Amino acid sequence: MKSLGSIRREFAPWNDPQAKAYISFENVTKRFGDFTAVNNLSLSIYEKEFFALLGASGCGKSTLLRMLAGFDEPTTGRILLDGQDMRGIPPYRRPVNMMFQSYALFPHMTVEANIGFGLKQEGMAKAEIEQRVAEMLKLVKLEQFAKRKPHQLSGGQRQRVALARSVAKRPKVLLLDEPLGALDKKLREETQFELMDLQQSLGLTFVVVTHDQEEAMTMADRIAILDKGEVMQVATPAEVYEAPISRFVAGFVGNVNMFEGTVAARDADSARITGASGAEIVVGNAGEAAAGNAVAFAIRPEKIKVSSRRPEGVANAMEGEVYDLAYLGDMTVYHVRLDDGQVVKASALNSSRASDDALSWNDRAWISFPPDAGVVLTR
Amino acid sequence: MSNVALSADEAAGSGSASRSILSRARSALLGRLVIIVPYLWLLIFFLVPFIIVFKISLSQTAIAMPPYVPALSLDDGIGGLFAQFGEMSFDNYVWLTEDALYFNAYISSIVIAGISTLLTLLVGYPIAYGMARAPSTLRPTLLMLVILPFWTSFLIRVYAWIGILKPEGLLNQFLQGIGVIDDPLLIMNTNTAIYIGIVYSYLPFMILPLYASLEKMDYSLIEAAQDLGCPPISAFWKITFPLSLPGVIAGCMLVFIPAVGEFVIPDLLGGSQTLMIGKTLWNEFFNNRDWPVSSAVAVILLLLLIVPIMIFQAAQARAQEQAR
Repeated sequence: MKSLGSIRREFAPWNDPQAKAYISFENVTKRFGDFTAVNNLSLSIYEKEFFALLGASGCGKSTLLRMLAGFDEPTTGRILLDGQDMRGIPPYRRPVNMMFQSYALFPHMTVEANIGFGLKQEGMAKAEIEQRVAEMLKLVKLEQFAKRKPHQLSGGQRQRVALARSVAKRPKVLLLDEPLGALDKKLREETQFELMDLQQSLGLTFVVVTHDQEEAMTMADRIAILDKGEVMQVATPAEVYEAPISRFVAGFVGNVNMFEGTVAARDADSARITGASGAEIVVGNAGEAAAGNAVAFAIRPEKIKVSSRRPEGVANAMEGEVYDLAYLGDMTVYHVRLDDGQVVKASALNSSRASDDALSWNDRAWISFPPDAGVVLTR
Repeated sequence: MSNVALSADEAAGSGSASRSILSRARSALLGRLVIIVPYLWLLIFFLVPFIIVFKISLSQTAIAMPPYVPALSLDDGIGGLFAQFGEMSFDNYVWLTEDALYFNAYISSIVIAGISTLLTLLVGYPIAYGMARAPSTLRPTLLMLVILPFWTSFLIRVYAWIGILKPEGLLNQFLQGIGVIDDPLLIMNTNTAIYIGIVYSYLPFMILPLYASLEKMDYSLIEAAQDLGCPPISAFWKITFPLSLPGVIAGCMLVFIPAVGEFVIPDLLGGSQTLMIGKTLWNEFFNNRDWPVSSAVAVILLLLLIVPIMIFQAAQARAQEQAR
């Protein structure tokens, strides 16, 4: 497989067999009455990693975070932090800090007192606390708000106070529960990069829970995609996007077109897949799919080319009709209804300001893609 | 042309402006009307009786109907009425300062009410806390249980305590039955019985405001405190208790204020040596038939209670400020 390495930095301890996991979940199950929130889950997170737990609500991601913080204990299995079994250790003795989704700022304390709260608990000297608090306020650019109460701050400022408070103790691991959920879109995008910079400059391990795939893709070194208390895939954002291992992951992250079919023939790497209507797709990276398997061919919209005439020399081309199109400025999204009835999404970058060959509603159109533009999914 | 258009625009603008001023004035008037109704209520049912009591407190006792002079009658015309005003004096208030009985009764009432309030808080806080942390499906039932005693007459409930506390009562029978004590505990007719009575009677007034302030508290604040290294007990004193302070103040005032003037509980459960201002007032009024002095006692009691009421008001205002 071609390397799909991290965009941000050269950091991949998960590929190093010598590297020791910093946090490990070992066969962790958590039940609340009849409901199984986390089901026999194992996961390794490395030191200084920015790790995202991504899933829809109720998938168990928040439960994982709460177990790491010590608010819930696993029903079975164990959690190791830096080699130490965390069972029975109460939240106030764990070297992790959490940034709460609601921020949970103490309303009766000033910004300063909120940030210094954990340090005071530690028994740190007063002068030292003052110095650390000042440092934290500078880090989140809230120096002039030190004496304010939380209710006198905006949502974005509260978020930064919560962040400063949770990193003030220099925890080994920072847990973030939907850290940007309460912010508006523009502020959220800015803050994503601030969080990444903070993580790099402090050299902390971040575990973030989010339901927003874009957020996870932007910030994380690796993403664990969870569904019904189980891990579906753990991989870098690029791998999750380009090489999903199941229909669920492919559908959960980003837009995708799925062609269901059976493997008609299989060579070393390539295979031919026949769809229900008889259409044939040639793929160059069939993976584990064997002849006769029922598979899905998943391909992202931006990897499909749309043209008004049949393109020359391509492996896969299908004819249909432009059923819908949306002009988004930077790109145009086409919905092409193929002659067998399937609607395929394709997006094209608008790299020039005008095109002679512009397609319109109800035009006949061809979609085409090379053999290795998509992935074959057996699960 | 453009000038004409402009002036027409202006006219329309000023027209709508004057309309909006008018409607605003009307809504302000309506708003004031809404306020006037409760004010009138207070005026008629609080201020007028108070003025009557205050007037009686300035009168002199007499063997008459009503038992004081002047009665402020119009029998002798307006001139006679003014002459009657001249008969009024602050003698009764001077009398209150001369007899140590009243001073001691005030002090003893405040001490008993204060101790009872503290005990009610100690009993009520854990109950309110437990209710606020109970599963949300259970909370209405628990709330109902707290309010349930109000369905029975207050007097009957205090009488029931006599049956429990007296030397041959339920409590002593039970304790002697299981062999904890040999001789019955003498609780009845002591201050202890009064504390028990007040704590029992006023507990709902303590629990309800406490519950209200604890219930709306975000539990993640406690988790955050623990996450930052604070053990649970310390988290309670640093986070939960300060945040429930408006409820604590409201509950204490709701117990303390009526407890100071309490008459039924000290009369039924307390001993003859128990001095409380409510009882003193009752004695002056019904046993001595000295309406002017008992009115003076009542006026002073009200003045004494204005201080805690103002503390209560200030705390309420601050709580509202915080909530916003």
